[in-house]
Amino acid sequence: MSHDHIVSPKLYLGVLAILLVGTALTVAAARVDLGGLNIVVAMSIAVVKASFVVLYFMHLKYSHRLNWVFGAAAMLWLALLIGLTSTDVIARLTE
Amino acid sequence: MNAAPPAANAMPKVHYLNVDYGIRSWLFTIDHKRIALLYLGSITLFFVLGGLFATAIRLELLTPAGDLFESETYNKMFTMHGVVMIFFFLIPSIPATLGNFLVPMMIGARDLAFPRINLLSWYIYTLGGLFTLFAILSGGVDTGWTFYTPYSSTYSNTNVMATAVGVFILGFSSILTGFNFIITIHKMRAPGLTWFRLPLFIWAHYATSVIMILGTPVVAIAIALVGLERLFHIGIFNPALGGDPVLFQHLFWFYSHPAVYIMILPSMGVISEIVCCFSRKKIFGYSFVAFSSIAIALLGFLVWGHHMFVSSQSMYAGMVFSILSFLVAIPSAVKVFNWTATMYKGSVMYNAPMLYAMGFIGLFTMGGLTGLFLSTLATDVHLHDTYFVVAHFHYIMVGGALMGYLGGIHFWWPKISGRLYPEAWARFSALIIFVGFNLTFFPQFILGYLGMPRRYHAYPPEFQVLNVMSTAGASILAVGYAIPLIYLFWSLRYGPAAGPNPWQAKGLEWQTSSPPPTHNFPETPVVTEEAYEYYPGAEAERV
Amino acid sequence: MSDQATTLAPQFEGLAQQKESAIFGMWVFLVTEVMFFGGMFAGYTAYRYRFHEAFTAGSDHLNLLLGGVNTAVLILSSFTMAMAVHSAQLNRRRALIVFLVLTMLLGSTFLGIKAVEYSHKFHEHLLPGPAFQFEGADPQHAQLFFSFYFAMTGFHALHMVIGVALLAIMTWFAWRGRFSAEYYNPIEVSGLYWHFVDIVWIFLFPLLYLVGHHG
Repeated sequence: MSHDHIVSPKLYLGVLAILLVGTALTVAAARVDLGGLNIVVAMSIAVVKASFVVLYFMHLKYSHRLNWVFGAAAMLWLALLIGLTSTDVIARLTE
Repeated sequence: MNAAPPAANAMPKVHYLNVDYGIRSWLFTIDHKRIALLYLGSITLFFVLGGLFATAIRLELLTPAGDLFESETYNKMFTMHGVVMIFFFLIPSIPATLGNFLVPMMIGARDLAFPRINLLSWYIYTLGGLFTLFAILSGGVDTGWTFYTPYSSTYSNTNVMATAVGVFILGFSSILTGFNFIITIHKMRAPGLTWFRLPLFIWAHYATSVIMILGTPVVAIAIALVGLERLFHIGIFNPALGGDPVLFQHLFWFYSHPAVYIMILPSMGVISEIVCCFSRKKIFGYSFVAFSSIAIALLGFLVWGHHMFVSSQSMYAGMVFSILSFLVAIPSAVKVFNWTATMYKGSVMYNAPMLYAMGFIGLFTMGGLTGLFLSTLATDVHLHDTYFVVAHFHYIMVGGALMGYLGGIHFWWPKISGRLYPEAWARFSALIIFVGFNLTFFPQFILGYLGMPRRYHAYPPEFQVLNVMSTAGASILAVGYAIPLIYLFWSLRYGPAAGPNPWQAKGLEWQTSSPPPTHNFPETPVVTEEAYEYYPGAEAERV
Repeated sequence: MSDQATTLAPQFEGLAQQKESAIFGMWVFLVTEVMFFGGMFAGYTAYRYRFHEAFTAGSDHLNLLLGGVNTAVLILSSFTMAMAVHSAQLNRRRALIVFLVLTMLLGSTFLGIKAVEYSHKFHEHLLPGPAFQFEGADPQHAQLFFSFYFAMTGFHALHMVIGVALLAIMTWFAWRGRFSAEYYNPIEVSGLYWHFVDIVWIFLFPLLYLVGHHG
């Protein structure tokens, strides 16, 4: 049935390197004033880092499709919660 | 259905109830059927407790003057009625009892995927219940079951902390139940049991479980933050410290509106089973009923703002939430239509479960349609926080969820206990409950329309006639609930043995003995047909 | 087959079904965790947008060096956790134990540094509440920033503590030789949890420590 996919330690080391570089990059990017774009850059880097963790460390890349579906659902619902809540709170507090 | 064939009805020698004796065999059981009974006992206790608070409320409202309780005491009464009934009765009612008992049986599995976690969920429920009981006994809580900030986080000096901790803990029990169902339904179906052969009860529980795992954590964090505010005086929800109290309402209703569907969806699953069995017909439009459960679960997450139309929520958010709320009516109406179409030209038998199911369909329709009044932005401004709202949600939760629960308990009682309940008494009490319910809550629609606000212990004298009707109805309702409690216990000892399938119903749970053995089936069943293959030709053998 | 008899729970048909259920179960559980933290992220998003200056001022009081080091420590612990699962897959018991212990040590280091940061904030009167003191334009909303800081990192630290405890149990099981190349579900599932907690921090670090720090 489910044959375990064994990821080579080299790949894990590569992911580790990417994550550490990503962290340095986030700190560096915060030192440049991009105005409203700072948060976009920071969050984009964080999403990329998180994706590497999810895909390789958590083996989602080699995982059952069902796990993908539930992972995606979590992201969708998180977006729903943050989106609908914060837009209303912001709209009201800025009046 | 009156006399099942006598010969085949001997009780099995060994079944899940007598395989083991003693208190330890119950407290440490990992059998989903025994855990279901543990839940059945605990939620019945909480139902009685919540009912006592309801009695206090109705007694106070018998007269216009606030003569029985101080307004502070009255605030505690309706708060504890709400907290107990919603969190400790309605949310776990069908999933934790009938769902726990039936989900593995209906899909031909030996148990849920994680039996120990299932037992853990009951212990967590009990722990949460103890905290809440402590809160009640040590003076109660008066914030309303909604815990609105900043009153709950800053001003109320009743026992908010213990109640909040109780509800927070309880949430984990609900999460674990939903979690267990999702994995069980995905991974443990019997060979041949494809998704579109599943009983609709399973679809309904799947949709419910999705809400449990996606919504419950949000109310958990909202309540946890209220607790932190009370302990450390941080100001996330406190306007005096720069926070926003309406943020709490968002987080609260993000769960608590979908939670309404946690209460009603399992009931809908029960109704689908009962209506098919007692109409001897296949469900009309299987996939529509199945997907309407999923649609209700998903749409249910997009409408929470309709609880907040007058909370100073932004006008645009109000408009969006109002329009989205109308959409929920579509899958709900699909269900009502399809149940009715299933009964059409069926050979309908009016056994007690069917009476409850028909009661459900009528009362749920009323509750749903009055919901449309409330989701209309302009109408809601008039009706908000009146008895119209109270009547509306009691039609859904008591007329809907509770009728489905009682119908389901009766329908599967022969499977659970191995014995038949007394049919005449059951029909009688179903009728009494229907009459009592309508007498209690229909006048409240009128009261609300006339402008009587909820959550006050006194009211102007011109509302008294309707309030007296309501209180009279409540006493009839109480009698209606007491009767089943008595005869179901009676039937445990004196009821005739039921046999494996007293209703000649379809579904895997009826293919094994009643009560079932510990691992449900002697060997894993293989499914070769769709659900509800009832044939009109089978009529002759039933007479 | 005697091995199978001890590791296969009676409700499952086979080890493959049991393993799929365990891993899928953890993913479903992590969905609830996402939503649990999501409530705080929603509030944070709204307040940060509205009170950006105060949040920047508050963020400047956090120690970027300690936060950055902690990020690296946590990422490293995710790597050792992945290697622990890898060792379990290859049935290397000794390596499995070593990597589990390393992961716990890194996790404890994270918690230790976090405790140092908390005590600094406490001494600087930055703990929200009646004793809160803040030299800045908008102390009221800076206090909101610290409310979120303590709530979010506090719940994250709580998850770390649970994670370390979980790994301690796993180490004990591994010591007792309970796992094999066929059966290591608890290790894999604990790994999923550990990585999730790491991901939460990956988002918390820029959101809390890097609001300001421009130029």
